[in-house]
Amino acid sequence: MTELRNDPATAPRVEPGAGIAGETPQDISAEAVLDIPPELVAQSLGDYLRAWLVRLRSGESGVLPVIAGLVVISVVFELISPGRVFLSADNLVNLLQQSAFYMVLGMAEIFVLLLGEIDLSIGFVAPVGAIITIQLVEPQTANWPWYLGIAVGLLACALWGAAQGTLITRFRLPSFIVTLAGLLVANGVLLFILLIGPFSGYPSLNGPGDNLRMLHNLMNGTIDAAVSWVAMGLLVAGVGLGLWLRDSRRRASGLVAPPASLTLLKIALIAAVGIALVGICSVNRAAFGNVSGVPWFIPIILVVLGAWMILLQRTRFGRYVYAIGGNPEAARRAGIPVARIRTWAFTLCSLTAGIGGLLYASRLDGLSNNVNGGQDTLYAVAAAVIGGTSLFGGRGKAIHGVLGGLVIGGIYNGMFLLGLDVKWEFIVTGFVLLVSVSIDSLSRRGASGGSVAHV
Amino acid sequence: MSDTTTTAGQPLLQLRGVSKHFGPVQALTDIDLDVPHGQITALCGDNGAGKSVLVRTISGIHQPDRGQMLWEGHPVHIHSPREASRLGIETVYQDLALADNLDIVQNMFLGRERLRRGLLDEDDMERTAAQTLSDLRVTTVRSIRQPVGSLSGGQRQSVAVAKAVMWHSKLVILDEPTAALGVVQTGMVLALIRRLRDSGLAVIVISHNLNDVFAIADRIAVLYLGHMVVQASVSDLDRQRVVEYMTTGTAGRNGQEAGLAPAERSQP
Repeated sequence: MTELRNDPATAPRVEPGAGIAGETPQDISAEAVLDIPPELVAQSLGDYLRAWLVRLRSGESGVLPVIAGLVVISVVFELISPGRVFLSADNLVNLLQQSAFYMVLGMAEIFVLLLGEIDLSIGFVAPVGAIITIQLVEPQTANWPWYLGIAVGLLACALWGAAQGTLITRFRLPSFIVTLAGLLVANGVLLFILLIGPFSGYPSLNGPGDNLRMLHNLMNGTIDAAVSWVAMGLLVAGVGLGLWLRDSRRRASGLVAPPASLTLLKIALIAAVGIALVGICSVNRAAFGNVSGVPWFIPIILVVLGAWMILLQRTRFGRYVYAIGGNPEAARRAGIPVARIRTWAFTLCSLTAGIGGLLYASRLDGLSNNVNGGQDTLYAVAAAVIGGTSLFGGRGKAIHGVLGGLVIGGIYNGMFLLGLDVKWEFIVTGFVLLVSVSIDSLSRRGASGGSVAHV
Repeated sequence: MSDTTTTAGQPLLQLRGVSKHFGPVQALTDIDLDVPHGQITALCGDNGAGKSVLVRTISGIHQPDRGQMLWEGHPVHIHSPREASRLGIETVYQDLALADNLDIVQNMFLGRERLRRGLLDEDDMERTAAQTLSDLRVTTVRSIRQPVGSLSGGQRQSVAVAKAVMWHSKLVILDEPTAALGVVQTGMVLALIRRLRDSGLAVIVISHNLNDVFAIADRIAVLYLGHMVVQASVSDLDRQRVVEYMTTGTAGRNGQEAGLAPAERSQP
């Protein structure tokens, strides 16, 4: 067992004729270090950092490029924004609000990108779900309780995704075309539903009643500072404890696990992010009066992120999604119900988009025909890819959507602060996307080149 | 890993008069084949001889038109790869069917993941996979958690074989296991196949490479245009005659070996 993970330099040599006898450690280490996650072979924090640097230099992605990108965005915009307001607490909360929609749409898109497919419809499927919810909750139309409205809106999104997924998997139509058609149809359906009721096409969340208030609060409501601190503390402690117990159990039983120092570093990072987040949100961000506290959408996004992380990393469904994205034929031969899993991935993509749509409508306090769904779809794909998810399937994580969404929100926010209008935002975002796809493509080429060289 | 309690003398798998056609093409005609426990049976033949069809028939992808398959002496009808797995037949195809983006453990358990409280039981799966690899002495992979895409060709083949034997299999079928490998890696894979045999498994190896066949096989079966032309212990054959069987369907142009094939067919 131990020789499987030890540094080959210190591992006991295998008996001649056994295993890959002729292949000396020196042969494989130089190349292998490029494509093995460093935490697998590192026995100490120093090893880990060294392996990390080698991988970084080789262009192997992961979340590092996007985190570096976020740092660059922060520093540059902080330095050149008038009055250095980019990193001020109120602007950061604003930035998070602007990013929220793209974060959730990015997480949605990851389900289908992992399969090597694409969903171009979510930019309009998301507001369709939201408009259904709003129409159901508006006192002048159905006047349903908010939770029923949300449930039906999300269900409609899920069914939309299931229908697209069925067309793609059962009738073998290309996802590009099916979801492009879905984008157009959803745009029409949105305009249809907008016109229902006495709202002249502009149903608003600013009306009377607690149910509308609830939808309004998704983006704008805040959680009391004391509650936020306690909840954040419990969350960080829970996640940290879980991580620590898992890693130390695996270390104790000789399984592959990162060194203790690395586990501690991870926990410290999670704690730092939590403290920074609650700290930023606790500052008064209103010009007049007092607005502070963690906005509701932050825990909403964290719940979606946590749920999809568990689904993708810890369940059979998630494992099968990765397997299908990596090698559909291998998945089929392993007895995986490929068509069913793919249909579910499209369903979950649209369902997640529906959650994003609710946040979108909540931020705008209603919906109008002024939805730029085509652009939102492309930003969702961009967010996932900028975050580190591969367009070629099989590689990606839910967190990539969140990080990529932050990049897009950051660019949008920074450009706005500089007084540069939307044309510059498009151009800069376009180039950021180009760089991200290049990183993905190059690291992929590097990886496959490596294994060909081995053969 | 292996059920070594063998019924004395009885081959693990016997094919009797198995035939298979696809439309007008007769792919297999009246095939008899014995696959004993604890031996490596090499299946040779030129392109189109029917090796793949035969292997796919044994592993449940094709159903024979006629003939009988006896598994441990009992007649069986294998309708799907899944049923073959249930009997203990695992096949490693030439493309290995590994997902490059998944790690070794994830690939070995693909489609048969173990769960604990509804979630993947990674610890248990990793332990089992590590045990299987160490039993097979596949020890030079740097980490059992590295993606399969980062492995060398020989290591990938080893993982595919380990994946096949982890499920209490009794018969492992390997399709051209050394076709894409260099000299060193070929030696490594051949050593691995010998270890399978030594642990009591029956092994069928399809190979074009007679060097490899003579290096590991206990028995050689040669197909020619869908017919089984010879089936004999490796000591009764030599390279020259196997080549003749593969290319002409008979051997012994000089006449000295005429009539050998039917005689050999009776002795496993």
